[in-house]
Amino acid sequence: MGALWVVAEPSPDGGLARISAEAATLVRGLGERTGREVLGLVVAADPAAAATELATYLPIVRTVTDPAAADHAWSAVAAGHVAALADGERPDAIFVGAGADGRDLAGALSALTGLGVLVNAVAVDWTDDGPSVEMNVFGGKLITTSGFTDGRGIVTVRPNVTTAAAAATAGRIEALDPPAPTAPLPAVRVIDRISEAGTQAPIEEARIIVAGGRGVGGPDGFGIVEQLAAALGGAVGATRAAVDSGWIPYSQQIGQTGKIVKPELYLALGISGAIQHKVGMRTSGAIVAVNRDADAPIAEFADLFVVGDLFEVGNALLERLRARSG
Amino acid sequence: MRIVVLVKPVPDPASAGERLGPDGRLDRAAVPAVVNGNDEYVLEAALKLIEAAGEGEITLLSMAPTNAPETLRKALAMGATRGVHVTDAALAGSCTVSTARVLAAALGQLEFDMVFAGIDSSDGVGGVVPAGVAALLGLPYLSYAARIEPDMDARTVRVRRISATGYDLLEAPLPVVIGGTQALGEPRYPSLKGIMAARNKEIVTRDLGDLGLEGSSVGGAVATTRVLDSRQPPARAATEIVRGSPAEGADRIVDFLVERRIV
Repeated sequence: MGALWVVAEPSPDGGLARISAEAATLVRGLGERTGREVLGLVVAADPAAAATELATYLPIVRTVTDPAAADHAWSAVAAGHVAALADGERPDAIFVGAGADGRDLAGALSALTGLGVLVNAVAVDWTDDGPSVEMNVFGGKLITTSGFTDGRGIVTVRPNVTTAAAAATAGRIEALDPPAPTAPLPAVRVIDRISEAGTQAPIEEARIIVAGGRGVGGPDGFGIVEQLAAALGGAVGATRAAVDSGWIPYSQQIGQTGKIVKPELYLALGISGAIQHKVGMRTSGAIVAVNRDADAPIAEFADLFVVGDLFEVGNALLERLRARSG
Repeated sequence: MRIVVLVKPVPDPASAGERLGPDGRLDRAAVPAVVNGNDEYVLEAALKLIEAAGEGEITLLSMAPTNAPETLRKALAMGATRGVHVTDAALAGSCTVSTARVLAAALGQLEFDMVFAGIDSSDGVGGVVPAGVAALLGLPYLSYAARIEPDMDARTVRVRRISATGYDLLEAPLPVVIGGTQALGEPRYPSLKGIMAARNKEIVTRDLGDLGLEGSSVGGAVATTRVLDSRQPPARAATEIVRGSPAEGADRIVDFLVERRIV
C-alpha cells in the first residue's frame, strides 16, 4: 500500500502557502480513513519555516534543500526532486494545490513520471481502484467523480474546499539527501519579485468576496466595493468588463478567463451574472446581488437579490455593518 | 522570430450546453466550438511581437477532432501565418498526459523560438498541459505571463509572471514555452481582409503516424484518468427578491448575513 504525499508550495514570505495547509488537512483525513501513511514534502532553498508549519498538520514532513529555489521558478526545481522520489517510492497519490505553482508542478511532474492528473478536486475519497476525486465541471453545472486507470496519480486541490486544522500533535521533520533528479528541468531565473501597491490576498482564498461589475461605472465606483469588502473582512473581486475597462487589476477578475472562487459569501454589486462570470462563482456558499435591473441573469441563481441602486444600497449596508462592529 | 501558438477548440462557454457523452467524455459535438479564450490572448501577444519586430511568423498548433479547421480559420483570420492540425481517431478521449506527449511530438517537427499556450482551457480548466509540454521538450517554462519581452539578439526572453503580491520577473534562454493570461491584453477582432486571407492559408494535417507515435502509447485507449460518475449539483433554493427602499434592502442583507452566520 502506497503513501499519500502532499507537496508544500511556498508562500510569498517563505512560509507555507495556505492552499498547502488546506490540502494537508484534507489528505490527513483521507489517510486516517484509509490507513495510509501521509507524508509532507517541502522543496525550498531554506525549508525550515514551511516544514515547521506543515508539521503542525501532518505526522511526517520531509525536506529537500535546494539553493536553486531561492532565485529560480519553484515548480521546475521542485518537479525534478519530487519525480525522482516518486519513481523510487511509488506513492499512491501526490497532492498539490490547484493554484499557479501547484498546476505548474503537477504538469511537469506528470510529464516526468507519466502519472495522470485529476484537477480542481473539491473532495477526495477512496475506492478499490485508488483515489476517487470529485470536481465541479462546466462552470459548476455538473459534478464528476473521477479515478486513475492504474490507481495512482497526481491531484490538484481547489482552495477553500476545507478549513486548515492542525493535528493533535505536531509531526516530525526529516531532512532528505536529495536523490539526483532523474531529468532536471531547465531552470527559469527569477530576476526580481515585485510587490504592487494595493495587491490583496489571493481572491481564491478569501472567505468573503465583494465584487463589482459594469454597474459600478468607473474606478471611483469601486470605492464602495472596497469599503464593503473591508467592513466584511473580505476581498475585492470584479467582472471581466470592469477589468477590461481598467478599473481594477486582472488579478481580481472572477470568471472564465479569470479566477474560479468558492467563498462563503459572494456579494455582487452591479453584476449582471453573464455566463462567463457565473462559471467563476456559481459554487459560492451564499450569493447576494444588488442590481438595478430586476431582469439581470444573476436574479436566477442568487440566494438574495436586492433590486436597487448599488451605491444607495451599498452605503446603507456599510452604515449598518460599521454600526454592528462598533 | 518564430512563434508557435497552441490553440484548443473548446465548446462555446456562452452556449452553456456542455455535457458528457455516455462514455464519460466531453461530448464535443453537442455545442459549437470556439477558440479557447486564453489562447486568443497569447495569439494576440504573438501578433503584437511580430508586428513590433517587423518580421516573423506564427504557426498555430492544434490537437483536435476533424472539424477543428473551422475554429483554426478564425485564429488564422486574426493574422497567424499557418496552421498544423493534429487529428487521429485514436486521440479521442486523450488525458492530459497524452495531450502533452502529442503536442511535444508535433513541436519536435517545427522550428520555433517560443511556444505560447493559454494558461488553461475553459473546458478542462486543469492548466497542466503547457508545463507538461515544456518538461517533455526539456525547455524552460514561464507561466502566468502578463507581459512577454523577447530579446532576439541576446536570445533570451523576460516574462512578468503574476504572483500573489504583484509579479515575478522571469528570464530564460530561447527557445521556451510560455503560458499566458488575459493580462496580456484584449485580442483583436479579425478584419474583413484577415478573414479573406485566412481562406487561403495553409492548414497541414498530421496523424499519429506522421508524428512517429502509436495509438498504444497515446490517446483514449491509454488514458490515465476516467470519469466514474457524474451528477447534477444540488439545486439552489429559489432566489429571494427584495424590492423597496435602499434601507430596506440593506436591512434584509444584514439579516441574511446573520441568518447564515456570516457576520
